[in-house]
Amino acid sequence: MKIPYPVLLKRTEDSPKWLPVVTSVGAVLLAFIISGVILAVTGADPFKVYSYLFKASFGSWGAFSDVVVKATPLLLIGLGCSLAFRMRLWNIGAEGQFFVGAFMASAVVMVPLVNLDTTPRWAIISLMAALGMLGGSLYAFIAGFLKAKLNINEIIITLMLNYIAVLWNNYWIFGKWSESGFQMTKTFPKSAWLPRLADYAKQVPAFSGMTLHLGILFGLIAAVIVYLIIYRSKWGYKITLIGDNPRAARYAGINITANTILVFMVSGALAGLAGMTEVSGVVHRLQERISTSYGFSGVIVAWLAKLNPFAVIVVSILFGALLVASREIQPSGISFLIQGITLFLVISSDVFLKYEIKWVRPAQETAQ
Amino acid sequence: MTFPEETNTVPAVEMQDIVLRFPGVLANDHVNFTLYPGEIHALLGENGAGKSTLMNVLTGLYKPQSGEIRIHGKKVSFNSPRDAIANGIGMVHQHFMLVENQTVTENILIGLDTPRFALNLKKYDQEISNLAEQFGIHIDPTAKIWQLSVGEQQRVEILKILYRGANILIMDEPTAVLAPQEADELIETLKGMAAQGKSIAFISHKLNEVKHVADKLTVLRRGRATAERVDLQDFTRESLASLMVGREVIFNLHKCEQTAGREVLRLEDVSALNNKNLPALRKVDLALHEGEILGIAGVAGNGQSELVEVITGLRPCTGRIWLEGKDIANKPPSFSINQGLAHIPEDRIGVGSAPNLSLTSNIIMKRYDQQPVSQKWQLDYVAADSLADGLKTEYDIQAPSVQTQARKLSGGNLQKLILARELSSTPRMVVAMQPTRGLDVGAIESVQQLLLNQREQGCAILLVSEDLDELLSLSDRIAVMYEGQIVGVLCSEDFDITQIGLMMTGTLPEELPEKAQAEEAPTDGTPSSFDEVLDNLHNYEESTQAKRPAEIEPSSESAEPIEALPQPESSATPEDLPLNLTEKERVLRKVLGENYKQGDEE
Repeated sequence: MKIPYPVLLKRTEDSPKWLPVVTSVGAVLLAFIISGVILAVTGADPFKVYSYLFKASFGSWGAFSDVVVKATPLLLIGLGCSLAFRMRLWNIGAEGQFFVGAFMASAVVMVPLVNLDTTPRWAIISLMAALGMLGGSLYAFIAGFLKAKLNINEIIITLMLNYIAVLWNNYWIFGKWSESGFQMTKTFPKSAWLPRLADYAKQVPAFSGMTLHLGILFGLIAAVIVYLIIYRSKWGYKITLIGDNPRAARYAGINITANTILVFMVSGALAGLAGMTEVSGVVHRLQERISTSYGFSGVIVAWLAKLNPFAVIVVSILFGALLVASREIQPSGISFLIQGITLFLVISSDVFLKYEIKWVRPAQETAQ
Repeated sequence: MTFPEETNTVPAVEMQDIVLRFPGVLANDHVNFTLYPGEIHALLGENGAGKSTLMNVLTGLYKPQSGEIRIHGKKVSFNSPRDAIANGIGMVHQHFMLVENQTVTENILIGLDTPRFALNLKKYDQEISNLAEQFGIHIDPTAKIWQLSVGEQQRVEILKILYRGANILIMDEPTAVLAPQEADELIETLKGMAAQGKSIAFISHKLNEVKHVADKLTVLRRGRATAERVDLQDFTRESLASLMVGREVIFNLHKCEQTAGREVLRLEDVSALNNKNLPALRKVDLALHEGEILGIAGVAGNGQSELVEVITGLRPCTGRIWLEGKDIANKPPSFSINQGLAHIPEDRIGVGSAPNLSLTSNIIMKRYDQQPVSQKWQLDYVAADSLADGLKTEYDIQAPSVQTQARKLSGGNLQKLILARELSSTPRMVVAMQPTRGLDVGAIESVQQLLLNQREQGCAILLVSEDLDELLSLSDRIAVMYEGQIVGVLCSEDFDITQIGLMMTGTLPEELPEKAQAEEAPTDGTPSSFDEVLDNLHNYEESTQAKRPAEIEPSSESAEPIEALPQPESSATPEDLPLNLTEKERVLRKVLGENYKQGDEE
């Protein structure tokens, strides 16, 4: 590849194992520096802002518990995206899949599908989780099917489906399930709540007021499962192969159509589960603003984590912290500013992984 | 046929002693090319013979190391295609350079200095319409490119050149992309343009079409002109074919005598379309037996790729394909893989491997589902690595470790990796397409020997190659493909390179001169001219009526072997590889003999 600049980008054959970590961390640091400059220009003291941000998210166990709560949906969605992105399927419809998952989980309570007074709590929660995943995966199936069978651009479809999902949700919370005219459902009965640390404040006084709920466990289990899928399973091998060279995969007898749909559905199921944990673990009702763009932040998380499931855990906590901090500082846009700059820099930093950057020495141009 | 009086006219193009050397290959070796106004001069040759390279020299894309170019008698030296255009030279490439959603007029005006700012499209539409009419080209200047057929798009390319004032046109295999009807129309157009004084260089590898379009002919082979500016009448079809194809040194391979066993593969009435939805295979019937290598000869693009894809399940088709008694036509690739079909694809990097994945991942591509690599849902990477390690040693794949990414392997090692994967599964049948193209000598020989070993073990092998020598030395039978059909199948005792060359360029076996007949019984003493033969052939093709066997002088022509030695260095070669790499390697081997060790190109 030649680029008409005096700088030559030469494809590297060997990039050391530590390099991705260094570039990612470097990109995050640089994002903070650039944001700091912007803060300084607007008249704020970046150091004060950052130390306040840090305190707001990691200053106490209570604050950290809030961070993990915010990180939970990001973790689940980030994992789903990691899987899809491994196969080069650009599922940016996690937001929509999240909403459909939340809707399906709410249906358990709102229809209701089971007797909420007599059914044990674990059964209700399991059913909600199962339906949440089913909802997300079926919603993702639409995009997967269209991509696999008709080769329609999945980015466009998933993006558009996001709006449909949000409006579908609105239909129910404005209409049928509306709680006396407000755009929300009634509060779910306690039997449909994911257990929280605060529930055990009686036994462990330190847990008092902590909102951390069982959803994070779902997230961690999912991380292990996705890890096993990607790095240990036959299916993960197929996904990686299709992702690297679909023509080779087809030649090797792998059914690309089926795998495209399947990966989309698993990715959607994880986003749907995230929706379930939000309604059942945090807001305890279905309402309009259950997501602060988790679906889109999840894309960023996956990308920042270089599609590594365990790195997704770390990155989602970082992003959770930014979300929590955004409540504490004005304008709250600062957090999103940092997010945006971070993504931009992380994606750009890939150049360092794929290319050696050299000033052109003519003799090298042909030697390859 | 009318020719300009050569003695009175100054040639439009005179290229003298053009030498162009790429690292490691001699693309043009003292080639002369002369083109007079109002003349259509064909350049004939195999793929990689140096035809396009020579014309790219004329359009200023390459600068020759030595040699002279004179345009209308004036000596020129082009530094870029811009200079060539300024001298009235334009080239229509095989791949069009058009903007899909702009109109014909807009495409023609792109990059010109006038109009500068305001665009009065109507005025230019009219201009272009007039220009087109002048040369008998039918086109709607207001049509958008995407609405046009390939043939019409080609006309836009021609108009683009004419509008820029070109009077020397170079057509690079213009009919390769066209349907027969469109090709005929194009040829009419070109003749019309020649009649109006334009000079046309016509690159082709099809004897038939050259005959119908050209006044003069130059044949290139391996970078050298084997015939320069000759009249078509002076040459027989065979002699042209042998000028084009030639004879080469053959490897000493260990090939044991054995008779083919029972049938493994049978194709019945197989037809298929190519990527442009044009017929690529027309009712192909073929059979292949145990312990037999069936070579498929043919000029690239005559349906070989489609044939391979159809057998390996990568392309839909009609008809039936029996592999070991099971119909594998239109079945997914996994079906035939499980039936014991191995496939060595033409495109090693794009199809045969996953470049960013490890050696191991590439080795297990077709057996990730089998013991010991797979354990239920799990993939046992330890077992996979040890399998890969074993094959790496067995097939002598040069790589630091099995964790090395496939893209870091050299061409030869990558091919060995693919062979290791495909052959280690003890296949019933192997489909190999261009298995040695671009490899170094050592790799070529080991790849060929591996195929012969498979043959010995009773495997049926379909070998598609553009390297005739490879086919001649490996095959038990050779089937020749032309325009999607098998035009004939020869057994090893009947191999005759001239005959194969003729069939490759579109002569049916019935029309081939029987050697004995031509020598012993010349019917009326005057051997038919090349023209007549071609006319016969044309009639035959059109009406499919009774064949008229034609007698042709047997060819006494044999092309000289290449003399110049390419530099024994391996480095990046230009995309438009002017010579078969194998040629370079052959020469290397000849020079270095036993001292030549299998090198690891990088």
